[in-house]
Amino acid sequence: MASPVEQFAIQNLTAPLFSIGGNHIAVTNSAVFMMAAVAVSSVLLVAGASRGAMIPGRFQAMSELFYEFIANMIRDNVGNAGKKFFPFIFTLFIFTLFGNLLGLLPYGFTFTSHIAVTFFMALVVFLAVTLIGIFKHGLHFFSLFFPHGAPLFTAPILIPIEIVSYLSRPISLSVRLFANMTVGHVLLKVLAGFVVALGIFGVVPLVVLVAITALEVLIALLQAYIFTILCCIYLNDALHLH
Amino acid sequence: MAEDERKATPDDLDKRLKSVRQAYQKGVGRSSKPAQSAGGEKLGVGMRVAVELVAGVVAGAFLGLMADRWLGTKPWLLILGFVLGCGAAFLNVYRVAQAEERRGKSPPGTE
Repeated sequence: MASPVEQFAIQNLTAPLFSIGGNHIAVTNSAVFMMAAVAVSSVLLVAGASRGAMIPGRFQAMSELFYEFIANMIRDNVGNAGKKFFPFIFTLFIFTLFGNLLGLLPYGFTFTSHIAVTFFMALVVFLAVTLIGIFKHGLHFFSLFFPHGAPLFTAPILIPIEIVSYLSRPISLSVRLFANMTVGHVLLKVLAGFVVALGIFGVVPLVVLVAITALEVLIALLQAYIFTILCCIYLNDALHLH
Repeated sequence: MAEDERKATPDDLDKRLKSVRQAYQKGVGRSSKPAQSAGGEKLGVGMRVAVELVAGVVAGAFLGLMADRWLGTKPWLLILGFVLGCGAAFLNVYRVAQAEERRGKSPPGTE
């Protein structure tokens, strides 16, 4: 029987195209699903936005739902200063969401279940937010590392802790998404193994499997939401120092 | 009818939107929405706390390890980093809890 982690294997689908530093770069199944996520979301959103009807159809209603969801998220968590960053946050959300959802399709590959992908996304967000903060506030940005109103003699303890806490952000951001997606997919495969192994009694794990699949859809949506809302919170910290 | 024909200013539109929103909140909006999303939201908060605990320690220990390798002070900076990481982890968890409490206090429907 196939191993439950076999689904995460990266396969080269083409011959190596070029090489960077001794690594041969080819189009992999992960890259194909990233492109698919971009293509599917672009087609859906462009189709939804193109008509601009007063009474929205299915696709338009869906696009407007996405738009308002993210616009509200930014307004609630960042405020008006965050409106400039709407395109970035929206792209981040849609890319993660479609990555999670396309991975749930049969024969699908979940690129968000790879720490390389999620950590890179988190790192981009982390660096962007830090640079935005430094550009906006200059050296005053580093007052983020010392809580306002704390007695000065606690600084030697508090500042290192705050710095480690700040540096742990990309780790927690990426590990959360990666772990949730990986665990969910392993769980699905293990339960599917029980269905085959138990024969007629496999009905029991099959019922559980159906329920878990529904739960996985919820988790796919939820993790995309959490990833995006945390980016908003970090952006807010950088824009409005407390 | 004639009143609708005249040029509406953005202020008029704002006023009308506000009144419609209030009517909506009183009717359907309030009762159905929060109950539906509550389960998922709580699951998300739990996940956040769990990962935050691990991430702080990992970040601290990793920084300590790298600093050790750089300066050749084998175990000491790792230990220091681990302790600082634990502190950072608890700080992160505390912040999550604080943010949750603040959000819980604001009355539903205002968000």
